[in-house]
Amino acid sequence: MERQVQRLRQAFRSGRSRPLRFRQQQLEGLCRMVQEREKDIVEALAADLSKSALNAYSHEIISILGEIDFMLRNLSDLASAKPAKKNLLTMMDEVYVQPEPLGVVLIIGAWNYPFVLTMQPLVGAIAAGNAVIVKPSELSENTAKLLAKLLPQYVDQDLYAVINGGVEETTELLKQRFDHILYTGNTAVGKIVMEAAAKHLTPVTLELGGKSPCYIDKDCDLDVACRRITWGKYMNCGQTCIAPDYVLCEASLQDQIVQKIKETVKDFYGENIKASPDYERIINLRHFKRIHSLLEGQKIAFGGETDEATCYIEEIFGPILPIVPVKNVDEAINFINDREKPLALYVFSRNNKLIKRMIDETSSGGVTGNDVIMHFTVNSLPFGGVGSSGMGAYHGKYSFDTFSHQRPCLLKSLKGESVNKLRYPPNSQSKVSWAKFFLLKQFKKEKLQLLLLMFVGVVTAVVVKVNQSSVVVTKAKWPRKPKLLQEFADFWSKSLKL
Amino acid sequence: MDSLEATLRQLREAFNTGRTRPAEFRVAQLQSLGRFLRDNRQLLQDALAEDLRKSVFESEVSEIAISQAEVDLALRSLRSWMKDKRVRKNLATQLDSAFIRKEPLGLVLIIAPWNYPLNLMLVPLVGAIAAGNCVVLKPSEASKSIEKVLAEVLPRYLDQSCFAVVLGGPQETGQLLEHRFDYIFFTGNPQVGKIVMAAAAKHLTPITLELGGKNPCYVDDNCDPQTVANRVAWFRYFNAGQTCVAPDYILCSQEMQERLLPALQSAILRFYGDDPKTSPNLGRVINQKHFKRLQGLLDCGRVAIGGQSDESDLYIAPTVLVDVQEMEPVMQEEIFGPILPLLTVRSLDEAIDFINRREKPLALYAFSKRSQVVKEVLARTSSGGFCGNDGFMHMTLSSLPFGGVGNSGMGSYHGKFSFDTFSHHRACLLRSPRMEKINDLRYPPYSPRNLRVLRVAMEERCCSCTLL
Repeated sequence: MERQVQRLRQAFRSGRSRPLRFRQQQLEGLCRMVQEREKDIVEALAADLSKSALNAYSHEIISILGEIDFMLRNLSDLASAKPAKKNLLTMMDEVYVQPEPLGVVLIIGAWNYPFVLTMQPLVGAIAAGNAVIVKPSELSENTAKLLAKLLPQYVDQDLYAVINGGVEETTELLKQRFDHILYTGNTAVGKIVMEAAAKHLTPVTLELGGKSPCYIDKDCDLDVACRRITWGKYMNCGQTCIAPDYVLCEASLQDQIVQKIKETVKDFYGENIKASPDYERIINLRHFKRIHSLLEGQKIAFGGETDEATCYIEEIFGPILPIVPVKNVDEAINFINDREKPLALYVFSRNNKLIKRMIDETSSGGVTGNDVIMHFTVNSLPFGGVGSSGMGAYHGKYSFDTFSHQRPCLLKSLKGESVNKLRYPPNSQSKVSWAKFFLLKQFKKEKLQLLLLMFVGVVTAVVVKVNQSSVVVTKAKWPRKPKLLQEFADFWSKSLKL
Repeated sequence: MDSLEATLRQLREAFNTGRTRPAEFRVAQLQSLGRFLRDNRQLLQDALAEDLRKSVFESEVSEIAISQAEVDLALRSLRSWMKDKRVRKNLATQLDSAFIRKEPLGLVLIIAPWNYPLNLMLVPLVGAIAAGNCVVLKPSEASKSIEKVLAEVLPRYLDQSCFAVVLGGPQETGQLLEHRFDYIFFTGNPQVGKIVMAAAAKHLTPITLELGGKNPCYVDDNCDPQTVANRVAWFRYFNAGQTCVAPDYILCSQEMQERLLPALQSAILRFYGDDPKTSPNLGRVINQKHFKRLQGLLDCGRVAIGGQSDESDLYIAPTVLVDVQEMEPVMQEEIFGPILPLLTVRSLDEAIDFINRREKPLALYAFSKRSQVVKEVLARTSSGGFCGNDGFMHMTLSSLPFGGVGNSGMGSYHGKFSFDTFSHHRACLLRSPRMEKINDLRYPPYSPRNLRVLRVAMEERCCSCTLL
């Protein structure tokens, strides 16, 4: 494993992954892979999660194609140097922030959306100019195997590699040194990843989970709300990190909500849900047993609904929707704030003030109001958690930035050394005042700054030289225009008071 | 550590009441911080002189005025920084409201070092306050006088239910790190950085680490040696070399070295006189431990300039070493003192290979009259920041993010970057309960029609791929 990482590092050091043209070609290769091998990808997802072709396309493939499209369209803009505001002393210099690749990055994927959760970060890492190791989740084994087979056929094999394996291989992989690690998964493993990263001072992005609350206000269109919640909750059989995990509502609404969700489920999946081609399955037996045990001893309203305390031990990650009755929105807010910050928060209401209040008084990775999941699809929004739901964010520009180092650059010339006399010892009180002025004064108009710099710089050189009892007096270039002379005189007298 | 627990609990409770969130509160605290700097100017200068023999010039320019400037910038910009940031929407969300909300994180911990004990404590503090957090400040125990001012005088200017100063050495800091914070901002060395990150991992606490490294300084043959010597010497011996972004060592050709040495000698003479020990403009080493460490480094290579030291005064003369080998101790650790090794290389390529063999530094410098040379060094290396033809001037621009990469750190701050560091950027999408018909496309049961419609929509966007 060490050798593989070394190989990628060597390839990165050669500088091959940096030119924009190369990055574009690799991204185009990925695009081709997704389009040409769609059938294989859909088959793998069906084998892993019983995902239908439409769901595979709309949950996974669409997001990747959208991300690749975004990167291709914006690459030169994202990778370009961004000029920054200057101060008096740096007026004549080049000042900018240059995005640079980090080196070799590691992307650890999850099993619930096995394709998009490895590929979307990969797109960002490639666009930013890095070498990448992808470690798909072993639980979604068909997708993992497929990625290992396909990727080398469409992108550069020396810079991008897929490494498969279980806990042992992942542990071994985490011992290696990377320049960034992006992990999607659960909180417990997130801590292990960050601890391993600490040994090498590797920055991390952790996309974790949590219990995403969903508050339903009594002033809302209950039909629409329940329809949207049902969609978001049961998609992928509930195995979505931003699925509405549990519902909070006033007790009087509970029965109506149950009824409407029941009807919507029937609309979506028919009488015999098991037979619906659009309903996925739990990833494996272990998770099945875990979720099943959550139902034990619970008051089930219909299908998989419960409303008791044991469901709050962990993120459910299954097709079980607990409904927790609360007295009012205050109680709902307190309930949410007593718990860890979730990855997403949902609130349904016609009352915008209430929605605003919910947002103001809670925290979460992201928020969607009057719907669920959708903030994930807007790639101008950063997608990430906070607190135990994660750190860092990605999607679109945020992916590019996550996998880049933003390097500040100041390019000066070797000329103008006389102005620098101001900063060199031996020091005096007047030097202190001047130094503060030059370093720290901000002007509103840049042109004025430039003008003043010229005048002051030249005159200062004169003053300093005279103070040092130098015989040579530098010829100061006095302004021809009287107005400027007046401005200069004003400025000069003001600054003498510093 | 009962009182520590109580303090942390109190701060957290204060945060939960929402006290620190309104702009008025943040403005009041920042204004008060400005008053702290103005009211106690003399006291702070004296403390810095006691801790590090900092001259008034250095104290003003690199500690007090810089902190004041950050306070002023935050006061001017706070409202605009706090505003929700509207973002571009996609086809499905055209009618919705999409924006990023900046939120405080909660209880943050700022750990400051001893070399710029005021600046490196207050500048992050400005960001943390501006972002609406409660803060625990942990100043370095090595800079005792400033520690005392921060512990005794600063709290009088801040709301003590929301901000606390915690004192102690490595053991107490270790205990502090066992507690849960919502953000940890650490400035110090990489070894301790790893410990901080490992501790943060236990609570999944996000961090900014401002570490250090050996900042290379490449000097091309094509330049004026005196100008280069002035600039390098000033940045190297500022604060007696105890600066994380100071040029750590020089790489140049043998010929350049021969021209640089007399120029460096001349600069040092001009700055500090012929007996630097008596110059009021040269600082001192922080303590015995670091003095002994630096004294040991004086045995490396050969002393070309300076080399004198005096333990009783914690004084080390501005020193230049030559004939230094790559494996010697002076090239194995960040020097952090008034010692400047010169290493010779035969070409620009050799210099760049040398730099790239080592850990990514916090800063990188290149001097040349030819801008292509400067740009080549920039393009073929990596570092936290870069300055061509000068020392760490890039640090004085709050419009530039200040931070490291790789071993020199992660995250960045100054100006708006500080505000962003201590904020959570929360993605918000507010949809309308109307237009439900459009959503029908996404609901099961699915027919081939659904898939067809989606495909057509995608094809239009992805034409850049298919046009190959």
